[in-house]
Amino acid sequence: MRDGVLITGISGNLGRTLAKVLHRTERVIGLDRRPFPGKPKDLEVHLIDIRKRKVEDLFRKGDIKALIHMAIVHDPRLAQAEHHSFNVLGTKAVLEYASRYGVEKVVVLSSTNVYGPQPDNDNFLTEESPLLGSQRFPEIRDLVEVDMYAQQYMWKHPKVETAIVRPVHIVGPNVKNAPSTYLRLKYPWTLAGFDPMVQLIHEEDVALALSLALKPGVRGLFNLVGPGELPLSSVLRELGRQPIPVPHMIARPLLNKLFDYRLAGFPGAELDHLQFLCTVDGGRAERELGFRPVYTLRETIRSVLGEVAPRVQRTTAA
Amino acid sequence: MAHPPQSTALARYEPERPRGLFGRVRSAMEKWTYRQGGADLEARLARLVAPQNEYGVDPFGLELEFTKAAIAPALWLYKNYFRVECHGIENVPAGRVMLLANHSGQLPLDGMMLGISMLVEAEPPRVCRAMVEKWAPTLPFIAPFFARVGQVVGTPENCRRLLAAGETIMVFPEGTRGLNKTYEKKYQLQEFGLGFMRLALETQTPIVPVAVVGAEEQSQALWDFKSVARLLGLPALPITATVIPFPLPVKYHLHFGAPMKFTGRHDDEDSELERKVREVKAQLQSMMDRGVQSRRSIF
Repeated sequence: MRDGVLITGISGNLGRTLAKVLHRTERVIGLDRRPFPGKPKDLEVHLIDIRKRKVEDLFRKGDIKALIHMAIVHDPRLAQAEHHSFNVLGTKAVLEYASRYGVEKVVVLSSTNVYGPQPDNDNFLTEESPLLGSQRFPEIRDLVEVDMYAQQYMWKHPKVETAIVRPVHIVGPNVKNAPSTYLRLKYPWTLAGFDPMVQLIHEEDVALALSLALKPGVRGLFNLVGPGELPLSSVLRELGRQPIPVPHMIARPLLNKLFDYRLAGFPGAELDHLQFLCTVDGGRAERELGFRPVYTLRETIRSVLGEVAPRVQRTTAA
Repeated sequence: MAHPPQSTALARYEPERPRGLFGRVRSAMEKWTYRQGGADLEARLARLVAPQNEYGVDPFGLELEFTKAAIAPALWLYKNYFRVECHGIENVPAGRVMLLANHSGQLPLDGMMLGISMLVEAEPPRVCRAMVEKWAPTLPFIAPFFARVGQVVGTPENCRRLLAAGETIMVFPEGTRGLNKTYEKKYQLQEFGLGFMRLALETQTPIVPVAVVGAEEQSQALWDFKSVARLLGLPALPITATVIPFPLPVKYHLHFGAPMKFTGRHDDEDSELERKVREVKAQLQSMMDRGVQSRRSIF
């Protein structure tokens, strides 16, 4: 019987959150090369690198009805070649297996980084906006490529219901991505004279949206927006941070140098997010997925402090 | 068409007052605004609405409390320096509307004065959104300032969204061609873009032509250093009598015309749109000519 939901990258912080939401109602199968700490007993996790042939065996059994692909790394410290190979080849492999072995639904986790912060961006980018993310930040071109590959796949395999989900900056008590790490800094840099509007989404709200994307009939591209948008300065004020404004002319080369000497966790190109808009319209996910964030704006911001109690029960009960 | 983004805020929040030096400057500026306009203005500004969230901003980044303080110097210019006189402001309907004006004077003070007129004289009072140049977001301090007072980068998508949400927007179809023109071309409309007409047709928005009389003389450019401007990557490099533009205390007249409504396909051929644009242009030109004739003095 086809009842399995395969989650790639399940041992990541977001993957574990999703697994905990989904495994009550679905038979979840995990795939990751890293172990899953605190794994629920009834959860089946395979420790395999996504590029290995053995992954095909998981599909060959024929009991997978849906694939949620979130094994996409974004680590600026990782060698470019490894980054590219893991993301692009990994995606290509699992998506091919999905169509070959009759998986009905594929959900790919992308992000709004594929649009990229630009000075002339619309205030609310729609799913049809061009993916210019790698124009100013070439190191993320594999993330754009993964998104494009998934779109191409959506057209090539009309029998597989494919949904590409692009959430805004994911934050939460568990995630350790660039935005969360930045917001946990006591003295974060800002760019002097810039204060763009930003959108944040709670990790559990992303998990909720991904589970909604499993509904039959859902296909296409979906921006995922949290509970609204606000200036970066208001986020930092809410968290009680003491920002250090740095002139943008020197900030970028300086941060690049610090990153090279391993004194900073972000390359200079990430500063674009502190300077320009990369905010999106989440209307389609609201209409077609029925997605509404559970966490309020204040709760979402404060979640990086790890103080808001998780609401997994409430979201699944609703 | 995409729905306008809705804030999750349902209640009206009392936003936190900023503290420190910035907070003190802001409350002083806000008091200055009210001192100039009196209790009447305070009541008008209290009627402004925006879908604000608990952090006091709307989805486009407009912060009403900030705006009330930030307009104080512009309001001073409006009342004491340019002594702006509005004619026919009752022509501006409530709800979705596009104000279309001539652009001149080297510095975009005409836009600023038009924006103030919408706050202090129009009924109902409203924050008028100008469609600002695409390089504005690259300018430090100016970029967040524009966003907080409700100015938005002039992309067609932004314009469409704001009109769909029933906002008032301000367009200058001449762009920098009008703003930076030299003095001998005063009160002659320069080439119009077509984008505004496409958007007006698509969103069925009435266009209110606004003839700005006075701004054309505020800063008279003698010639335009085109070659140097090209070298510096600027749209123009006008040399005024005061070398760099300094606005003279001219008297501004804002003449608001009757709303013009157009029907037809927004994706029609350029020639068809040009015909409609010419109609708007002719109307605005005749309003400008009448405005120039009826005033007694430049100052």
